[in-house]
Amino acid sequence: MITLARLWRSSTGRFGLVVVAAIVLVAIVSVFWTPFDPKSIDTGARWLGPGWPHLLGTDSTGRDILSLIMTGARTTIFVAVGAAAVATLFGILLAALGALTPRWTREAVAVLIDILVAFPVLLIAMMIASVWGGSLWVVVWAVGIGFGVNIARVTRPELRRVQHSDFVLAGRAAGLTPLQNLTRHLLPNVAPIFIVQLSWGMAVAVLAEAGLSYLGFGANVTEPSWGLLLSELQAYITVHPTSVLWPGLAITLTVLALNLLGDALREATDPTLRHGARQRIPHEAPGVVA
Amino acid sequence: MSLVVTDLAITIDGRRVVDGISFEVPDGARLGLIGESGSGKSLTALALLGLLPAGAEATGSIRWDGTELIGMPERRRASFRGDDIAMVFQEPRTALNPIRTVGRQIAESVRIHRGVTRAEARRIAIAEAERVRLPEPARIVNRYPHQLSGGQRQRVALAMALACEPRLLIADEPTTALDVTIQAEILELLLGLVDDAGMSLLFITHDLAVLSQVATHGVVLEDGRVVEAGPVPELLSAPRHPVTQGLLRDATATLWRGGAS
Repeated sequence: MITLARLWRSSTGRFGLVVVAAIVLVAIVSVFWTPFDPKSIDTGARWLGPGWPHLLGTDSTGRDILSLIMTGARTTIFVAVGAAAVATLFGILLAALGALTPRWTREAVAVLIDILVAFPVLLIAMMIASVWGGSLWVVVWAVGIGFGVNIARVTRPELRRVQHSDFVLAGRAAGLTPLQNLTRHLLPNVAPIFIVQLSWGMAVAVLAEAGLSYLGFGANVTEPSWGLLLSELQAYITVHPTSVLWPGLAITLTVLALNLLGDALREATDPTLRHGARQRIPHEAPGVVA
Repeated sequence: MSLVVTDLAITIDGRRVVDGISFEVPDGARLGLIGESGSGKSLTALALLGLLPAGAEATGSIRWDGTELIGMPERRRASFRGDDIAMVFQEPRTALNPIRTVGRQIAESVRIHRGVTRAEARRIAIAEAERVRLPEPARIVNRYPHQLSGGQRQRVALAMALACEPRLLIADEPTTALDVTIQAEILELLLGLVDDAGMSLLFITHDLAVLSQVATHGVVLEDGRVVEAGPVPELLSAPRHPVTQGLLRDATATLWRGGAS
């Protein structure tokens, strides 16, 4: 709760929170209500411009673009949250294995991380999709594992640094078991770095879903997706340039909001940054994922 | 509740860094381990708690109240740490977790060993903060370590170590990183608390002047061996080994500098 209040005080945090909350709200509303049925085809209302009753206009088959974007938010959130969950589990596991285990497993995992980082996530997702067929789950797992590796790469050395700090030793001297030390001292101390990475990971997942769906490797044609919508509308960009603006804007705004939210979260969760920027924790930019 | 260390040796990657030392801390006694850096005194302290770094191994015997600690399963060993035997570390800047409040850290060992509720832990933390004479205990427990001064942080570290009422307190150069005036305050506080609780004290230092204030007996280490041991007044008045004589010279030099400035 305190973190949330602190988040609200920074302008970037406020922007990120508002936009992300708005998208979540839109997705929830779309479950119960959309202005039009996003699947209903109305050949009498093709390519309408923004206006009433189609606020953002219609596409080549007369579907309402606002309704399509609203239901598309569900897909976006599903992919972002799913990829973040996979990345968290996989990232923590890999970082912990690479930092806290005996020497030879530690070194082996470090090498494994370096190798895995080199794999282009999007290409692998496309490969899997072309062999077994594309789906949103492929996107979730591919981006989740791919970004989990990135998170592990950044978190592992930090975890090692914290593990060798005096307060972890003091914790052990107080009788903490390794697991208690992990949950009370180690993970909370790497959390700021982790959270920024994760918010970037979510942004990457949103982009990846849009990109893969755009290319036909992600969402099924029957599923609502901003990327899919973008690719459909983009074919007519010279004739109807305004319609393609909306899914593009939705994607951009979401990615921007997630990035800003991550930065603000990092500052809000790190008490040493609260009173003037003392000992700033350096964080690396995410590696190239595609 | 006495600690008997017999022929303790510590090897790191095959090298013997502590080479068969023996000493004893009877119930309520105040013993000092003194030596230059690298003499093995801090490793000895870690070995007593079973917290040696990876690759280091302790052999010999450490008996706590008749129970052999070396070779004891880790799970049982952990139950002694913080509960029977507690430790205060040298560097107050790094010995506290920067992102947990002072209060939660003070009450940590109590929560582990006694399984008290969160509210009860907070009450204990405030009481402990008061015991180490931190200002405004009810408010300071909500603060973070970086909001405290070095001396205050060392008081917090002391409160952490004492929260479970240990029978033996190991203090590893607890005042070395502090200003001279703060040093004296912390030493006085430490001694008062040790006396009040009737616990034993194992004090580790490189400073004979500090040792003379806190301990009744001293064990002088060099290169992992005991070179001299005895009551502190004797070490001060008639040091036999060159290392002790050197430490005494350092201590008097400090006193002279202190007097001149």
